[in-house]
Amino acid sequence: MTTDWWQRLHDAGPASTSDIADFATEIRRTTLVTINRAGLGHIGGDFSVTDILATLYGRVLRVDPTQPDWSDRDRFILSKGHAAVSLYSTLALSGFFPMDWLGTFTGPLSALNGHPNRNKVPGVETNTGPLGHGFPVALGCALAAELQGSERRSYVVIGDGELQEGSNWEAFMYGGHRKLSNLTAIVDRNRLQQGDRTENTNSLDPLDAKVEAFGWEARVINGHDLDALYSALTTPSDRPVAVIAETTKGKGVSFIEDRAEWHHKVPSAEQVELALQELGS
Amino acid sequence: MTPVLTDCRVPFAHELIDLARTDERVVAVCNDSVSSSNLGEFRSLFPDRMFNVGIAEQNMVGVAAGLANAGLIPFVCAASPFLTGRATEQIKADVAYSRANVKLVGMSPGVSYGELGPTHHSIEDIAWMRALDGLPIVSPADEAQTRQAVRWAAEYHGGAFLRIGRFKVPSVSEGQSPAFHFGIANTVRHGDDVTIIASGVTVSRALAAAELLADQAISARVLNISTICPLDADTVIAAARDTGHIVVAEESVSRGGLGGAVAELLAESVPVPMRLLGVNTFAPTGSVEFLLEHFGLSPEGIAAAALELVGRG
Repeated sequence: MTTDWWQRLHDAGPASTSDIADFATEIRRTTLVTINRAGLGHIGGDFSVTDILATLYGRVLRVDPTQPDWSDRDRFILSKGHAAVSLYSTLALSGFFPMDWLGTFTGPLSALNGHPNRNKVPGVETNTGPLGHGFPVALGCALAAELQGSERRSYVVIGDGELQEGSNWEAFMYGGHRKLSNLTAIVDRNRLQQGDRTENTNSLDPLDAKVEAFGWEARVINGHDLDALYSALTTPSDRPVAVIAETTKGKGVSFIEDRAEWHHKVPSAEQVELALQELGS
Repeated sequence: MTPVLTDCRVPFAHELIDLARTDERVVAVCNDSVSSSNLGEFRSLFPDRMFNVGIAEQNMVGVAAGLANAGLIPFVCAASPFLTGRATEQIKADVAYSRANVKLVGMSPGVSYGELGPTHHSIEDIAWMRALDGLPIVSPADEAQTRQAVRWAAEYHGGAFLRIGRFKVPSVSEGQSPAFHFGIANTVRHGDDVTIIASGVTVSRALAAAELLADQAISARVLNISTICPLDADTVIAAARDTGHIVVAEESVSRGGLGGAVAELLAESVPVPMRLLGVNTFAPTGSVEFLLEHFGLSPEGIAAAALELVGRG
């Protein structure tokens, strides 16, 4: 059984940009309610990555919620695992698991931990949470696809602050060396990390020049422009592609946007009401 | 007659090649360690199935987890100090916690890099890996055990850590069938007065120590613990009960190592007097042979510890 959302986005032909926009809004609303109910979550990073997730699951990834272990599925890894609720919301709305699981988020013995677990959550490829882990695993997935002669692709979302972990640059180096054109790394470039702005902490700019120097094709786009996202995620290349998605942390709710303190602050009931009004339906 | 001595990396590589010939899921991942892991022939035979990520251990383990995600069986082959030290968090999160089917092969463990010093010694690897939930630790003691352990690893579904020595060792598996049985300790010598528990390089030394003890009318049992985790509790508890004295001899730190594992088990079951021999400080400069003797891991050193323990020292 697939969900209404999955049917709307996939079964009636390719999804339109407005379909994806509606899906993203529903992911944000679900994320907001889930975090408020649990009293825990990383809403800022959840909202910066939401349009990326909506585009991937709405019209890019070749996956099947009814067969999450289908061997030739595209691989998607959320390396910034602290944005788990946005991923859980996306997966539940897509039908990978029932929506009512979201109500158990962080509760005793819930499948939905604060960070994703592949052995408990259908659709999760590897356990993330500590930063700098997802990219090498996605690289391994891409190497396997090449070895096995499969057309499947690998995608990984990395936080920009996360790029301060050296393991990512080991992966950039080897991915570029192997010219893995079946691998796309998406950087959620919201310019904030837990404690401060990335550029005040350990600057990343010029990020496009850095990844190009490692043999990747850099595509710098507005990470909330759904058409630009779709194009950047689907246009082929003869190299691995790094989509540097310029995003706004907390995107969609005015009092959450671009504020470091909303990294993992939990909205009050009043703030949830205000936020839902701003998001619309 | 001089016994045949084997660098276990050689039978490891032969067995991996044999496996790869019949099972296309078997691949190798390494960190510029093609020669130190003895994988040159594997690379010649299966160039597409050798992933040399360069000197980058974190990426190496993560890549292996990704390969396993596609149903492949990656054998990550790297010097044990760098595999287990540099990539500990990848082993924890990407392999153990994710339950990824990755075989971690720590080459040249213990003090086998001798004069290169403590940066290159891997004496902490067992303690680090033993702390992880659900990661079996296998430490073959000779060629026959190495070959069978590789076969076991390929068939076992889940992550595992194999410790493959470069310091040459004699066979300790004569009369043992099978030479290696996952989770089962081999009683390689029977005895009633004291038990020497050993693994890997120290097994042949424990057997030689038992000979020395026999000259003094001490009957020593010797256990070859080739599966360090999970420990064969039945065999160790029976040995404590039967002999009343336990000496552990290992080429690694006792804290969290095999000595720690045995002590944890017996403290809750059959507490008996014990002596834990291991490489318990950063080593001074010296050859492997010198260092093993320095840390009391020669036949004479092990025998002396046993004699002292049974009140004859």
